[in-house]
Amino acid sequence: MIDVRTLTKTYAGKRVVDDVSFHIPPGGVVSLIGPNGAGKSTLLSMMSRLLTMDSGQVLIDGLDISRTDSPTLARRLAVLRQENHFVSRLTVRDLVSFGRYPHSRGRLGADDLAKVQEALEFLDLADLSDRFLDQLSGGQRQRAYVAMVLCQDTDYLFLDEPLNNLDMRHAVAMMRLIRRIADEFRRTVVLVIHDINFASAYSDRILAMKDGRLVHDGPPDHIMTPGVLEDIFDIPVHVEQVRGQAVGVYYR
Amino acid sequence: MKALAFPVALLAVIGLVVASLATGAGAVPWGRLWSDPAAWDVLLISRWPRTVALVLAGMAVSVSGLILQVLTRNRFVEPATAGTVPAASLGILVIGIAWPAAPVVVKMLVAAGFSIAGLALFLLILRRLSLRSALLIPLVGIMLGAVLGAITTFVAVRYEMLQSLIAWLSGDFSVILRGRYEVLWLVGLLTAMVYLIANRLSIVGLGRDVAITLGLNYRSTMLFALMIVAMVNGVVTVVVGTLPFLGLIVPNLISLMKGDHIRRTIPWVCLLGSGITLLCDIAGRVIRAPYEIPAGALLGVFGAVVFLLVLLREPRHG
Repeated sequence: MIDVRTLTKTYAGKRVVDDVSFHIPPGGVVSLIGPNGAGKSTLLSMMSRLLTMDSGQVLIDGLDISRTDSPTLARRLAVLRQENHFVSRLTVRDLVSFGRYPHSRGRLGADDLAKVQEALEFLDLADLSDRFLDQLSGGQRQRAYVAMVLCQDTDYLFLDEPLNNLDMRHAVAMMRLIRRIADEFRRTVVLVIHDINFASAYSDRILAMKDGRLVHDGPPDHIMTPGVLEDIFDIPVHVEQVRGQAVGVYYR
Repeated sequence: MKALAFPVALLAVIGLVVASLATGAGAVPWGRLWSDPAAWDVLLISRWPRTVALVLAGMAVSVSGLILQVLTRNRFVEPATAGTVPAASLGILVIGIAWPAAPVVVKMLVAAGFSIAGLALFLLILRRLSLRSALLIPLVGIMLGAVLGAITTFVAVRYEMLQSLIAWLSGDFSVILRGRYEVLWLVGLLTAMVYLIANRLSIVGLGRDVAITLGLNYRSTMLFALMIVAMVNGVVTVVVGTLPFLGLIVPNLISLMKGDHIRRTIPWVCLLGSGITLLCDIAGRVIRAPYEIPAGALLGVFGAVVFLLVLLREPRHG
């Protein structure tokens, strides 16, 4: 479980994350939504120990992330960042196998190699595994990053905009994967996502942020209402039920 | 075919080592090596030290180029454009003025100290830089090198040391004799240590965030590797002088051919680095025999051409 308690971050006098608290029980997909600059990525960065918090506390399975040593956390929590521009020319398999570092400390055993292979196959990368990253399309590369994170074999996965660079088909495939990661492997996935309809279709719970504050929190049904969505994004959103899914329409 | 590539390359470098032992102004009396102990003199006093120096310096400078490129995540950085070599040169001049008869070890320590300071200054400037474009980082290094070089030249002119300075720094292996090259074994040892942290370096090359989320101590790995780079270049600059372009072209060529999985590519970087250095030095001894052209000068020409070819062939890797 994840406990976020009164988390705050201030940049140049502005509270980018303002007194945010929530609790996430184990298992399932939780989406963080909100307008640009709402503080979603900053929140996720602090929860990932990549950014120091000004005040507050984050506990993962009861471990305070500010006090727990980094290698221990690396075996519980894997993180995909929004920006992944790697200069290194690595093959897909090499990149993914670095995801085993918290367990192998650089010496890959049979068990590690099996996990690497499993992650490659899960993301449909087996045929591309000996290609260099710079020989892949943006979507293939994004899948390689996710395979690396998955291969870390942690109970918790934080993904910052995993749909970056993905077209419709691959975006759907990625969200299905995330769903399967949660359902089949019993993992807890927290993701930052911009498309409210993807969030609605695949999440168990949606956290909405605005101006650094957590403004709404609930299952998709509660968030996908015109009133709540307009409150979050400041534009009118029509919500229709299409084939059993709540879909927000806001394009015109 | 692939399995044979490394042994073949290794054999080629060994061939160059033998050629280096056999090349030079004074002939080695090969026939009398069995009977006459004095016949070993040329080999042991001059040829062997020189050849060992070529191999060790070549690999060390190439590997430190690799480390810098990985750590700054920039393909165009090399020891000479990251503050280390220009600072080490300044250090050599300062100790040359303050204590001309200082033993090699003292010169080495001073140069290494300056080298660390130069690299620290370079990294400090990079941290202050808001615009981290791929071309700006090496440009900053070149500018820093120019400023340090200007200070060095100014001091050298004031103390009438300019000629000695140019001679010290010319990347000339002909001055390497027994008693002067031994500190280079230390450089070889430091280079071997890089192999031990190769996987950590590869992860650091993926950036701070990835390194931290994989539970790696980002700062200490970075610091350790940078200290190795600074020390290696301090020592090499004292013993040999500057080897231009070597740290730039070798890692880039290997990266193009073999990728950047450091544990796997380090042996290749070492081989190619030694091979090119040996080749340039042997060529320098042969072209105008019995006179010599310093290996550093030939490296400058050869390296610039190779670098241009790399740039033209592979425009994506910037």
